[in-house]
Amino acid sequence: MTIDLTSTTTGAIRDALTRERQRLGGQTTGMVLNLIIVTDEGGQYDAVRAASEAGREHPCRILGVIIRRPNADSRLDAEIHTGEAGPSQTVLLRMYGPLGQHADSVVRPLLAADTPVVTWWPGEGPACPSQEPLGVLAQRRVTDAAESAEPREALVAASRGYRQGDTDLSWTRATSWRSLLAATMDQPHGAISGGLVTAEKDNPTADLIAAWLDHCFGVPFGRDNSGGPGITEVRFTTGDGDIVLARPDGRTATLTKPGQPDRRVALHRRDSAELLTEELRRLNPDEVYGETLARLAATIGSAVPGEHQDES
Amino acid sequence: MTSNPLRDSRDRRIPRVAGPCVLVMFGVTGDLASKKLLPAVYDLANRGLLPPGFSLVGFARRDWEDEDFAQVAYEAVKLHSRTPFREAVWQQVLEGVRFVPGEFADDVAFDELAKTVADLDAQRGTGGNCAFYLSVPPKAFPLVIQQLKRSGLSEPGGTSSGPRPWRRVVIEKPFGRDLKSARELNAMVDAVFPPQSVFRIDHYLGKETVQNILALRFANTLYEPIWNRGYVDHVQITMAEDIGIGGRAGYYDGIGAARDVIQNHLLQLLALTAMEEPVSFDADSLRAEKEKVLSAVKLPPDLAVGTGRGQYAAGWQGGVQVPGYLEEEGIPADSHTDTYAAVELGVDTRRWAGVPFYLRTGKRLPSRMTEIALMFQRAPHLPFTATDTEELGQNALVIRVQPDEGVTIRFGSKVPGSAMEVRDVNMDFAYGGAFTESSPEAYERLLLDVLIGDAPLFPRQKEVELSWQILDPIEEFWASGGTPEQYPAGSDGPASAQALVARSGRAWRRL
Repeated sequence: MTIDLTSTTTGAIRDALTRERQRLGGQTTGMVLNLIIVTDEGGQYDAVRAASEAGREHPCRILGVIIRRPNADSRLDAEIHTGEAGPSQTVLLRMYGPLGQHADSVVRPLLAADTPVVTWWPGEGPACPSQEPLGVLAQRRVTDAAESAEPREALVAASRGYRQGDTDLSWTRATSWRSLLAATMDQPHGAISGGLVTAEKDNPTADLIAAWLDHCFGVPFGRDNSGGPGITEVRFTTGDGDIVLARPDGRTATLTKPGQPDRRVALHRRDSAELLTEELRRLNPDEVYGETLARLAATIGSAVPGEHQDES
Repeated sequence: MTSNPLRDSRDRRIPRVAGPCVLVMFGVTGDLASKKLLPAVYDLANRGLLPPGFSLVGFARRDWEDEDFAQVAYEAVKLHSRTPFREAVWQQVLEGVRFVPGEFADDVAFDELAKTVADLDAQRGTGGNCAFYLSVPPKAFPLVIQQLKRSGLSEPGGTSSGPRPWRRVVIEKPFGRDLKSARELNAMVDAVFPPQSVFRIDHYLGKETVQNILALRFANTLYEPIWNRGYVDHVQITMAEDIGIGGRAGYYDGIGAARDVIQNHLLQLLALTAMEEPVSFDADSLRAEKEKVLSAVKLPPDLAVGTGRGQYAAGWQGGVQVPGYLEEEGIPADSHTDTYAAVELGVDTRRWAGVPFYLRTGKRLPSRMTEIALMFQRAPHLPFTATDTEELGQNALVIRVQPDEGVTIRFGSKVPGSAMEVRDVNMDFAYGGAFTESSPEAYERLLLDVLIGDAPLFPRQKEVELSWQILDPIEEFWASGGTPEQYPAGSDGPASAQALVARSGRAWRRL
């Protein structure tokens, strides 16, 4: 059911939410978090859809913050959706005029009590999420460097502004690759002397994977470009020959190890609902991400600006 | 092997993935394979938890080629998989699907199976690791186990380099029909596979709600202080089914509800509810605590009043007229098999002395549900008049295992109004209908644990034997005379089971 409230107040929105809850019979009891989505009219549909889908695993109160027409008079419009797609409750908050500068004052009274808060910027995010008024409210702040015009720069900026609780969907995208790489390294192999991650040119996930491998093994991992889609290959150089995990088609990967038959495994690219579902599973600081980000920034900082690193 | 620098205990995103291996499934034409096992294999692949090169071999008495088995598996997956169907994932699973036709007595077929497994090692790099899933009737166990030994399949071929490959065997309940046969079964499996390679599946232990018992008890401060005889009046553990025996006549008759359900599922639930805190959650510590509490279980002094059994008669269940047990196809008219069993057990520990644990299970009951209910003592003093609290029952904590998974706490609350009137209300945590869609099926979890070699959720032989030691005297007592009491289908069970709790002034929870 959808309720439209125009020129409204947070008090009226709360009343409407409470009435809805009573009508549906205690629906918020099972909610595990509040998800603030900072977006615009163009991005809100996809973002809310992904969040509602993720809400099947993590029932949440979704608060979509849309800033409109900063020069208009202050006004708050709300659109409440309940009991539609899954167990989540969605409130779209459109803020006009100077009110847009004080979005946190609107969001704060609408957070479900006793429940953690996650803020997600599905589009181009802020350089320092933890300093944003809507980021301060949250235990976990989710950005997406891939949405930035300069993804690699965005990661470097993220590294400068990094605080515990920050995370980025380009890191989430790395999980299926990282999991397979970790499983590959569970098996016996020769000493790793270096490696190469090959992907589309502007692929922050590939940059993060290279930095992660670099960080874990303490040997250099380069970045090379291909036509994609996404990441196409990760190569380890070992004393016995190369171990290669290649995924040319974005769907199925082939693992090649010296002296062993090729093995294939499904490795698909995940949509934003799946990424968000993974992201919402844990709200503790992601230390490994923090360290990887620092390593990436250090590597890029030491390279000549504007020049891509290649395998040495 | 040196430690893997990519594994970091702080990195909670990276899941446990099985190493290279082959899963050989016996009984692939069965119900369990098509409804649970094959879909679970696909779901694991879809979640990226199966290793590159993972292969699945089916073995059954069918004149099939690999493609026929693949087609059967495809239909099972399409119909029953939990995660969305992805063609690319399926195609990749398909590359490793093989089928070997044959009878269990057929040496040639098992030699062919051994060859298939060896070929897969060579073609797909499965590393000589192999798990055998015996989804077959218990009477076929000895033959299959013997064949695995004879054909050399039970012995991992030692490769010159690398880790020693493993062989594991997965067996399903029933683990025997009494202590003696359970020991015989174990001796037979034991002769071929070492104990740490034997995985006994009790799928209840793979359920999220059952694992949540441990989280509820040991991750919180709220419950443990009252989880004892000082506060708990009694405990009820129920597994009720609304269905009859269906097509399982051949298996069920002579086994009965107590052996089928109490011996494994309910006693495991009792163990998890009553055990002390394990020092860690590894397999050995967990099993040690379960074994301790099972060995402290005490039978009622008079089995005639401390147990109850019944057999469903014709009646109306859920608006449908259904036949009685003795009228089911394939059941002898003089069968003494129990389709309902209830028992009062004690747990002789400091924590539980004097607290009865009531266990019941049955078929053709009003509804399908499994739950553990801790019923608390009444407040020692109520500063209200008797009429104020007329509607106040016992406080209760209920773990709903299935369906509608969750936890309910029942307590008294004031009814709004000018009078002080107290009535029972519920506080509810539900995994929620939609929520559980994405929580893994028990079989996914258990299959993955087998392939990884992680054993905490699998009962050990000792637990199986302890459970039979509890049940055997009851079965012997029942066999010594009398017949199961008839109860109409759709009712709450036999009167003797009602009397069992009523004699101490208690009552079963409504089904």
